[in-house]
Amino acid sequence: MSGMVATASQTAGPYWHLIDHPEWADLLRMDGPNAGLATAAITLTGRIMDGAGEPVTDALVEIWQADAEGRYDGSFHGFGRCAADREGRYRFSTLRPGPVPAPAGGNARQAPHVALSIFARGLLKPLVTRLYFAGEPLNDTDPLLNSIAEPERRATLIARPDGPARWVLDIRLQGEGETVFLEV
Amino acid sequence: MTEGSADRGRPQDPAGYRPPRPGTQPDYDAPDYGSTRLRHPLRPLLRVPHGPTEISAPAMSPALYAPAPDMTRHAGGEALGERIIVAGRVLDEDGRPLRGTMLEIWQANAAGRYAHPGDTHDAPLDPHFTGQARVFTDDEGWYRFTTIRPGAYPWGNHHNAWRPVHIHYSLFGAGFAQRLITQMYFPGDPLLPLDPIFNATPDAAARERLVARFDLGITRPNHALGYRFDIVLRGRAATPFEEEHEE
Repeated sequence: MSGMVATASQTAGPYWHLIDHPEWADLLRMDGPNAGLATAAITLTGRIMDGAGEPVTDALVEIWQADAEGRYDGSFHGFGRCAADREGRYRFSTLRPGPVPAPAGGNARQAPHVALSIFARGLLKPLVTRLYFAGEPLNDTDPLLNSIAEPERRATLIARPDGPARWVLDIRLQGEGETVFLEV
Repeated sequence: MTEGSADRGRPQDPAGYRPPRPGTQPDYDAPDYGSTRLRHPLRPLLRVPHGPTEISAPAMSPALYAPAPDMTRHAGGEALGERIIVAGRVLDEDGRPLRGTMLEIWQANAAGRYAHPGDTHDAPLDPHFTGQARVFTDDEGWYRFTTIRPGAYPWGNHHNAWRPVHIHYSLFGAGFAQRLITQMYFPGDPLLPLDPIFNATPDAAARERLVARFDLGITRPNHALGYRFDIVLRGRAATPFEEEHEE
């Protein structure tokens, strides 16, 4: 092990939109890295609220996910970025990922999920969480979901369907209904 | 395997990454930085072992994300201010260069004003400066861009609060768990000891590593002063589940 130490994280601040590209929120866009992929799109959306219940209107939201077969090494470019709007709402258009192998290896599988990171003014480092899909049978055996003892806490990671191809997960940074955030 | 330069994401660090060393990263709850008050979680974070989601990362190739290494020219003219060159290496904690890693860079102009509708500071905008760049590291982990030295600006954190001169950086690395957004500061800035964002990191040496160094070797004669700023991303864990044995 060398003596080097990872560089400290600093806040993205309120003016990070200089690196915003609104089209990045659509992972299936015609001129994007997944152009030509014949697949059914889903929408992932929700509102980000602070400890006072106010919308976090300046948030930088990023997702990282596997393809429909649960692979990260396929041709699917599973990265997206979105700027929260005036209601604190994020919105991505993407495909539904497949089950992903578990960290322990073997035949164990994680339920389909999307990694979601939030950067913003007032966040000196990102808040990382996951979005799971309600009604997915593998949720019952997912190692991460099962490591959360309280059902109401576990529920903060599970998006609810709102129509056939739209999934909603609100995120609460602090206080009542606080989202489970991950130390990765 | 070449890190980060593949045409698509792939698991590259199967053992995952080491946890941060104590004190070298800021906490979410930083009382002197007012905006953290309603935005830091109150519950402990859930520690998760690194699996495919954490050890893979999007490959941000120059073909997909066009490089733009020069911030000093825009809309047919040259930006006002002191032209500088910033260069450095992106390494992991074992000193291995991160190759083909994308850096996104953004900053205020020489007057301390961002080309952003939310910035209402009473300082002039520069029609020839937008303050954004994108570069990729080479095979030795080097990056380089040309810009204008940004100005300090006031903010509302407390009475007479001013941000030290800084440049924002966003890096992706070879794994999702290496993702980093940080800020580079300038040597000798009298505002550094007063800045609650800079000082939110407890370890003094970790703070000092956020300060670039003047570098005559990077300086181009008759053109621009040079600054060196190296960035270190998390190193790989020795074994897949090393983290479970710590703390």
